[in-house]
Amino acid sequence: MLVGPALLIYTAVMLVPVFWSAGYSLTSGNAITGYHFTGLANIRHLASDPNVRTALWFTLRYAVVLTIGQVLLGYLLALFYVFALRRASAVIRTLIFFPVVLPTVAVALMFGRLFAIAPVEGPVNSFLNLIGYHSVDWFSSPSHAFWIIITMDIWRSMGFYAVLLYAGLIDIPETMMEAARIDGATGFRLVRHIVIPLSFPVLLSAIIFSINGTLKVFDSILALTNGGPGNATTPLTLYMFNTSFSYGEYGYGAAIALLLTVMCLIVTVTLYRWSRADQQQAA
Amino acid sequence: MLNVSRDRRLHAGLAGMAMLLVAATACGGGGGNSGGGQASTSAGPRDPSAFTVLSNAENTTVPGELRKLAAGACAAENTALPLQIQTVPQTSLDQKLQLLAGQNALPAMFAAGNAPATTKALVKAGDIANLQTELTKLGVANDVEPAALSTIQNLYGGFYVVPDEFNIEGIFYNKKIFAQEHISVPQTWDQLVSDAARLHGQGIQPFSASGQQGWPITRLISGYLYRSLGPDALSAVASGTAKLSDPRYVQAAQAVAALGAKGYFGKGVESIDYDTSVNTFLTGKAAMLYMGTWVLANISDPKADTVGAGNIGFMPFPTVAGGAGNIDQYPANVGLPFTFGAKTLGPKVSAWLKCFVQNYGTGVLKDYGTYSGFTPGTPVAGLSALQTQVQQTMASSKQSVLWFEALFSTQATTVSQQNAAPLVNGSMSPGAFMNTVQAALPPSG
Repeated sequence: MLVGPALLIYTAVMLVPVFWSAGYSLTSGNAITGYHFTGLANIRHLASDPNVRTALWFTLRYAVVLTIGQVLLGYLLALFYVFALRRASAVIRTLIFFPVVLPTVAVALMFGRLFAIAPVEGPVNSFLNLIGYHSVDWFSSPSHAFWIIITMDIWRSMGFYAVLLYAGLIDIPETMMEAARIDGATGFRLVRHIVIPLSFPVLLSAIIFSINGTLKVFDSILALTNGGPGNATTPLTLYMFNTSFSYGEYGYGAAIALLLTVMCLIVTVTLYRWSRADQQQAA
Repeated sequence: MLNVSRDRRLHAGLAGMAMLLVAATACGGGGGNSGGGQASTSAGPRDPSAFTVLSNAENTTVPGELRKLAAGACAAENTALPLQIQTVPQTSLDQKLQLLAGQNALPAMFAAGNAPATTKALVKAGDIANLQTELTKLGVANDVEPAALSTIQNLYGGFYVVPDEFNIEGIFYNKKIFAQEHISVPQTWDQLVSDAARLHGQGIQPFSASGQQGWPITRLISGYLYRSLGPDALSAVASGTAKLSDPRYVQAAQAVAALGAKGYFGKGVESIDYDTSVNTFLTGKAAMLYMGTWVLANISDPKADTVGAGNIGFMPFPTVAGGAGNIDQYPANVGLPFTFGAKTLGPKVSAWLKCFVQNYGTGVLKDYGTYSGFTPGTPVAGLSALQTQVQQTMASSKQSVLWFEALFSTQATTVSQQNAAPLVNGSMSPGAFMNTVQAALPPSG
């Protein structure tokens, strides 16, 4: 009875839209033409659609590379705050956190200008010219565009992960650190055997948070490359958006959303299970 | 055990609810057009409380001219039914139209969808008025230019939109640069390519084009196709009798890709937006611009056009050696036209429609220097030589052709325009480009 009201709200705002959307994936059509039940046709189409394969591959690469980048750099920054800067870290923390509060579109426009070649060359190309290299058309190549997106998103989000992981690191009891130091553990050995295991729960949360967030990336890519060149940097979310709202195929768009949901679910459950098995083994 | 049992019950309950929801959702919209919110039209069209106009935000001409008409020639209609303009970004237009159609809330007059496919879907759902019938009833059917009407019928399968714009397309060129480099107006594709090479050799950017928009590049492909294969080249693709991946179609993409490979579109073409491409030409930094005659509005603006209208010429897309097409076949379009809702076309909206048809053509030519598909009621004085040339070309044009994506689905249109820049910057081969667009077309074409 106690969980009843919460369950009701959760059902209304989470489960109903999820299952409503799942229902749409069994239909074709739009608000103009009406919706028609087509069974599993959209799900079958997912398997044969080359655009889904391209978007899925990009999404997975993006999620893995960005998660490694932002969590690793965030963790290194957190270690830097705790062990090098100590109490003087507040100003640096604030400065590194600053990009997190900037609007994504503004950041994307800034990076667009930074790497621009036309109509005006951006600072990166100007610098290349200065040191004797030719300008590079960064956004015409899929691999260049991918790495610019990664650079931008790491710059934007590492401050957030640094603060998140910093909160985990300062929770490690000082007595335990002191005991390890007395036993001769310093530097990398201290981090490897004491800091990482004790901050593992928050590290795992950061990884799950990052994977789920990066699988659902949308706004930064829309504003920076709009999925281009061609569809080389189109994630599943952008393909879903275009399919539903530009092409008017809401049913197929819902099927893509379902694929994304299942992916997030699999990743989260796998990570939880893996961490639980790891903890049980440790116990 | 109790907890396990309760959990199972909860899971079973949730699963049951989910199944019901899935079934309800899946079945909810089924069966005809209930999702489309199509109320019965047996009651006949009824005037709304205001003359609501939904325009794409990028279009300032139609809302601007409507405001002028409301204060002038259509003042009586405006008193009876006040004009009320709403805007939506063009990229969100189709979504907004779908939403409004689903709610049975389409405005009295609105910008038709981004692709003719959306408008055709609205026509099929009975949401758009048949203007042939309505204008005949109002006695103003003859105020529409036959060429504009023919273009609308080709595109929409009937007279369902008003030609608030009527454009032909071709290549605008900088007369000063041509004279300086001793270049005469090219008549063939080979001459165009050799002129471009000469300009490029002199450090002048031959063409200005927006790769961000994509269509200024794909228009070159369709131009080549119409000249090489004849005016039915793309209707054959739409009907499924030819494929874009056929070698003779790929040849057109190869010809355009070759221009890009030689750097004739300038640096970073994929980053160039529409305004930048027009400004590059109008400030004398490029010699040629493939564009529709809607750009006359920019050319007439002395602040934007530093080259000067007198120094700009207009030429047709050149012929292709041994091709089946003719240089007099101009690509024509009606821009992103407006249309009238079938269910709101009551007596007061009809009065607005009549006034619009009778006065818009003259007004927009006088105020904005652009052409509509309406016969101007009164002659407009003070036109530039370029405007007069365009007007004469429109009048003498015997046959028009469409543009590359005109008969494509919305998805194929997006795919084509998204991949235009990769085609000319060499990251996508001509064969891959045509195959990708072909794959995005519905099976019937």
